[in-house]
Amino acid sequence: MGEVIVITSGKGGVGKTTATANLGIGLALLGKKVVLIDTDIGLRNLDVIVGLENRIVYDLVDVVEGNCRMKQALIRDKRYESLYLLPAAQTKDKTAVSPDQMQRLCKELAQDFDFVLIDCPAGIEQGFRNAIAGADSAIVVTTPEVAAVRDADRIIGLLEAEGKSRPRLIVNRIRPQMVKAGDMMAADDVKDILGVELLGVVPEDEYIVIATNRGEPVVATPTSAAGRAFRDIVRRMAGEDVPIMPLDADDGGFFGKLRRMFNAKEG
Amino acid sequence: MFALLPKLFRREKTRSRDIAMERLRLALVHDRVNVSPQTMEGLRQDMIYAISNYMDVDAQEVAVKLTPTGAAQVALVASIPVNRMKKDALRD
Ligand SMILES: Nc1ncnc2c1ncn2[C@@H]1O[C@H](COP(=O)(O)OP(=O)(O)OP(=O)(O)O)[C@@H](O)[C@H]1O
Ligand SMILES: [Mg+2]
Repeated sequence: MGEVIVITSGKGGVGKTTATANLGIGLALLGKKVVLIDTDIGLRNLDVIVGLENRIVYDLVDVVEGNCRMKQALIRDKRYESLYLLPAAQTKDKTAVSPDQMQRLCKELAQDFDFVLIDCPAGIEQGFRNAIAGADSAIVVTTPEVAAVRDADRIIGLLEAEGKSRPRLIVNRIRPQMVKAGDMMAADDVKDILGVELLGVVPEDEYIVIATNRGEPVVATPTSAAGRAFRDIVRRMAGEDVPIMPLDADDGGFFGKLRRMFNAKEG
Repeated sequence: MFALLPKLFRREKTRSRDIAMERLRLALVHDRVNVSPQTMEGLRQDMIYAISNYMDVDAQEVAVKLTPTGAAQVALVASIPVNRMKKDALRD
């Protein structure tokens, strides 16, 4: 039996889909058999982030409604042997699927896969209910901002009420320089306030923009700081004991800038 | 030399990181317990009623509020000015 994990946040736009794509590919690169489920019905996104948007024939709602078999709807990623995607329906709405149906679907997938990762839509309505219904555990993504952390706290409360206790936290879009200057909350600050386990810290990274354009998530990019962070996270998910490295907050003055310029050119 | 200037000025202001933490702590106290002002008022009235059996309190001045005490904890803090003890309460 594989693990079914929902990636959720409360506030929108904090990096759930980015995280789902990177964790999925990262786990696949470790040799795990992974399926990604996009539950953002009506606003599908994950297919574009992983670069599989042109291969969609059937979707989540088709499977649930019995219009096709599960095997027909799963898209296999040709770049990463053991990665599959179950896309969201684009023309339906969130009520097209029920929490019961999601529970059955996740159980079925957990038979065949090591990891079932569910990309949750923003908000706390039906889409959220569906996304968490079949999950064994949750990863909560937040940015280090007051509004995002506040919503994350709300989500953690709701998850615990649904019996998904001990969610793990990813703090995304950290800017080490700003943290050092005292102008951004550190990942540990956020962790302390929320009182949950910290799974990883992902820095703000321009590579993510490039990766999104290309449809090739940063986890496979050696020179990307966010990519490195995601690689560490997947190893933790796979059971390895990988310490959370403090992000490099040293701007190194003039020489540091020079060094970074050279590094960027090399990369 | 110039790098030192911002550091000197910064001392005066509270860092925005700390302000964010403080604002969050307060916001979360209320989100977490999810109590309405009406509920808090009901609690205040009930406390005055219960305590009145033992002491004579200044009902107008009784204040009841929730405050953060730790990462995931809140405390109910009440300030209850006492005018005098009730005779019955003093007997034993
Ligand atoms: N670490 C990062 N560095 C830079 N940009 C990032 C980072 N993480 C996410 N982004 C950008 O932030 C935007 C929102 O990310 P994403 O779509 O993953 O969020 P989401 O939580 O899935 O949003 P929604 O709630 O709408 O589903 C995207 O443009 C993404 O490229
Ligand atoms: Mg998304």
